[in-house]
Amino acid sequence: MDETLAEFFRRTILKIPMTEMMTILKTWNFLSENQLQTVNFRQRKESIVQDLVLLCEENHASLNDAAHLDIIYTQFHRHQKIWDVFQMSKAPVSFRDAEENSVWIRIAWGTQYKKPNQYKPAYVVYYSQTPYAFTSSSRLKSNLPLLGQALTVASKHHQIVKMDLRSRYLDSLKAIVFKQYNQSFETHNCTTSLQEGSLGLDINMDSRIIHENKVEKERVQRVTQEIFGDYPQPRLEFAQYKLETKFKSDLNGGILAEREEPLRCLVKFSSPHLLEALKSLAPAGIADAPLSPLLTCIPNKGKNYFKIRDK
Amino acid sequence: MSALRPLDKLPGLNTATILLVGTEDALLQQLADSMLKADCTSELKVHLARSLPLPCSVNRPRIDLIVFVVNLHSKLSLQSVEESLCHLDAAFFLGKVAFLATGAGRDSHCSIHRNTVVKLAHTYRSPLLFCDLEIEDFRAAMAQRLVRLLQICAGHVPGVSALNLLSLMRGSENPSLEDL
Repeated sequence: MDETLAEFFRRTILKIPMTEMMTILKTWNFLSENQLQTVNFRQRKESIVQDLVLLCEENHASLNDAAHLDIIYTQFHRHQKIWDVFQMSKAPVSFRDAEENSVWIRIAWGTQYKKPNQYKPAYVVYYSQTPYAFTSSSRLKSNLPLLGQALTVASKHHQIVKMDLRSRYLDSLKAIVFKQYNQSFETHNCTTSLQEGSLGLDINMDSRIIHENKVEKERVQRVTQEIFGDYPQPRLEFAQYKLETKFKSDLNGGILAEREEPLRCLVKFSSPHLLEALKSLAPAGIADAPLSPLLTCIPNKGKNYFKIRDK
Repeated sequence: MSALRPLDKLPGLNTATILLVGTEDALLQQLADSMLKADCTSELKVHLARSLPLPCSVNRPRIDLIVFVVNLHSKLSLQSVEESLCHLDAAFFLGKVAFLATGAGRDSHCSIHRNTVVKLAHTYRSPLLFCDLEIEDFRAAMAQRLVRLLQICAGHVPGVSALNLLSLMRGSENPSLEDL
């Protein structure tokens, strides 16, 4: 096996955390059970990786096999990449419920003069029977139109459009575009959270504590539940609003009132789990209920990038 | 929904009632829990409200002390408190009202200047307390303090009344406005 390929194997396997090593190697299914048993997994990681690379050499592993392993690693660690969403269309548009028919594509870009860079690949996840594809952000932005064309042709669509939706959490993006987020998933804490009131406080309240605004609290809970539902929200890290509007003022005069050019302003909301955070704003007393529709329409419209202009 | 009056009801036997007013329910709830854990010879009752005026209730006991909780991180909380103050009978401001500002510890998150609440407390001639309610130890200490204030305002401490309290607390705590 040549030096560069061996090195690529070494680095790819080294990335894998030890807790996942066996699972990933078994999923890869390139090294046999017997071969895996010859490796002493109690050594230091570098030595284990060295042994594994030697086994790969024995099996005459090719670049394809290495790429395959890299895809599996990325599937396990999908949240380490940020995913964009693309929607393709043809006339007439056909769309069917997505099953787990997903195709993971790994692309290493090269040019006429350079060999493909294996260390900076782009990933595409395509769900057959649907017009959606998800790509991990590629550093080489110039390749994007090419990728778009390839996807459109390969999937027999006519046109590809980049949606204003982006997140680290591929499964949440899926849930949003396939409209699967409004089903109750695992039961763990989704049913009890709203009943206990805000922020997970003790449900056994002392009878010496009396809430004066019980009616208002219940209204807020009800409105929040109507808007956000009972189910866990899909996970997004931010929402961005670009404003390009003319300044409007009630006061007469003022420097900005006569300005013809629109004001430009960017507002970005970020959170480890944006939609859950928005859901808890009103019950926590930080905002009034109902929240602005600009915030609550995010999963419904499948967008977390908004441009707001004067009509 | 009439304005709250301090002396329009008879007191309960050995009972002291405090009303905490603030927009952030979780903070009020935690403070209430801490107060009930504090040592106290009187029977305590804690009422929590988002704002004034309170909904009509015949069963509400006499309120001995009102604490307005302002979160320095939230302009909404200050606005809500300012609007609520209009619905309070003037007689309450004779020692039965206090302001509590939380969140001063995290300066980068503060959207309300400290001096704004100082001025507010000064305008209403009432004491201002600072405490980061999110930190358990500080909260417990403040809760203990509020319990003592409450007992005095309810008349359970012989020799000290709410009015005395007002002049006692005006000491070194509240900086003189000339410095602002």
